[in-house]
Amino acid sequence: MFVTSAYAQETAPAAAEGDTHAGTAVPAAEHEAFPPFDAKTFPSQILWLVITFGLFYLFLKRVVMPRLGGIIDVRNDRITQDLDHAARLKGEADAAVAAYEQELAEAKANANKIGQQASDAAKADAEGTRKKLEAELEKKLGEAEASIASIKARAMKEVGTIAEDTTSAIVEALVGGKADKSEIAAAVKSASR
Amino acid sequence: MAAADKVDPIHQFQIHPIIPLHIGGYDVSFTNSSLFMVVTIVLASAFLYWSTASRALIPGRLQSVSEMAYEFVGNMLRDAAGKQGMQFFPLVFSLFMFVLVANLIGLFPYFFTVTSHIIVTFTLAILVIGTVVVYGFAKHGLGFLKLFVPHGVPGLLLPLVVAIEVISFVSRPVSLSVRLFANMLAGHITLKVFSGFVVSLSALGAVGIAGSVLPLAMAVALTALELLVAFLQAYVFAVLTCMYLNDALHPSH
Repeated sequence: MFVTSAYAQETAPAAAEGDTHAGTAVPAAEHEAFPPFDAKTFPSQILWLVITFGLFYLFLKRVVMPRLGGIIDVRNDRITQDLDHAARLKGEADAAVAAYEQELAEAKANANKIGQQASDAAKADAEGTRKKLEAELEKKLGEAEASIASIKARAMKEVGTIAEDTTSAIVEALVGGKADKSEIAAAVKSASR
Repeated sequence: MAAADKVDPIHQFQIHPIIPLHIGGYDVSFTNSSLFMVVTIVLASAFLYWSTASRALIPGRLQSVSEMAYEFVGNMLRDAAGKQGMQFFPLVFSLFMFVLVANLIGLFPYFFTVTSHIIVTFTLAILVIGTVVVYGFAKHGLGFLKLFVPHGVPGLLLPLVVAIEVISFVSRPVSLSVRLFANMLAGHITLKVFSGFVVSLSALGAVGIAGSVLPLAMAVALTALELLVAFLQAYVFAVLTCMYLNDALHPSH
């Protein structure tokens, strides 16, 4: 809209100016038409336009457009190809990641199994050792108890003798004279009961 | 006289024969207009040819420009006329490139603007409409005439609607060519007028030189605007071509 109004404003004085110059400066050429409407130039313009535009059309159709179309097609093909290539590479990468993860899982499972086995073996070993030690300790304990019992019995037996000796010594000191050994033994026996 | 010519905004549209040539009573001289048509196609062809010469997989800047133009027009045509329309791709692409490069070259001072002449744009428009009509009848036979008979219009209104459709179809080459021609013509006249102000004001001494800053700034801004218009009009021409070609492919609305 701006364009047309600007033209409308400016063509009016321009035309006026053109008229004054045509009137004053070139009176001899007064009958000459406004150049774009001068029909005398039409045949020449049409002919040369047909020649030049025809050549231009042929050149574009035969040379330029196949070339431009080719360039763009090649590029599109190349882009499609590159995209396919990228997609294939991505697929390969994904497969590699999957394989890696599977192997990792397998390795983890193996490691767990080995660990479990080792821990089971160690447990069993420890259990065996413990049982052996316990058995040995049990045996030693038994032996020790037996030896304590025998020592105790012996000691108890000796206690009797000491008591008899002590009794005879006490009797001797208190009563004077020797007491009968068998009586003392009987007395001690009855007292210790 | 020379000074008057300088500020004459119409002077730039004059056509002078360079190599006079007359065939069968017609003046078909090689003119400055013809010269710039040749310059247009040589520049456009050379750019498209050399920028794509290396056929680089990763395009450089120039190759990117060529590819962008190619894909821009290709998408435009595909959107408007579908896959079938791609058979007209060379036509639409050459039209777009020709109009665009002609418009851009015209922006250089002292250069002739090929598309500022109605006969040039009209010939291109006739080429488009001619293609539509010839292809339409060749492909659909008389079925192409369905283009003028929209579906679902009550019988009473039909003659009126058909008349409107026919008029709108016939006016297409006119609107297509006048749009491009008028934009180029008006833009170049405006540019010339403002540049002329700069020259005439500068001749008035110190005050004039100071005052000429304004039209100079305006001329710079207009040049930027004309650059946009040069591209836009090439685009509009190509888009409308695509839509008209779509009618040739699918005449029933």
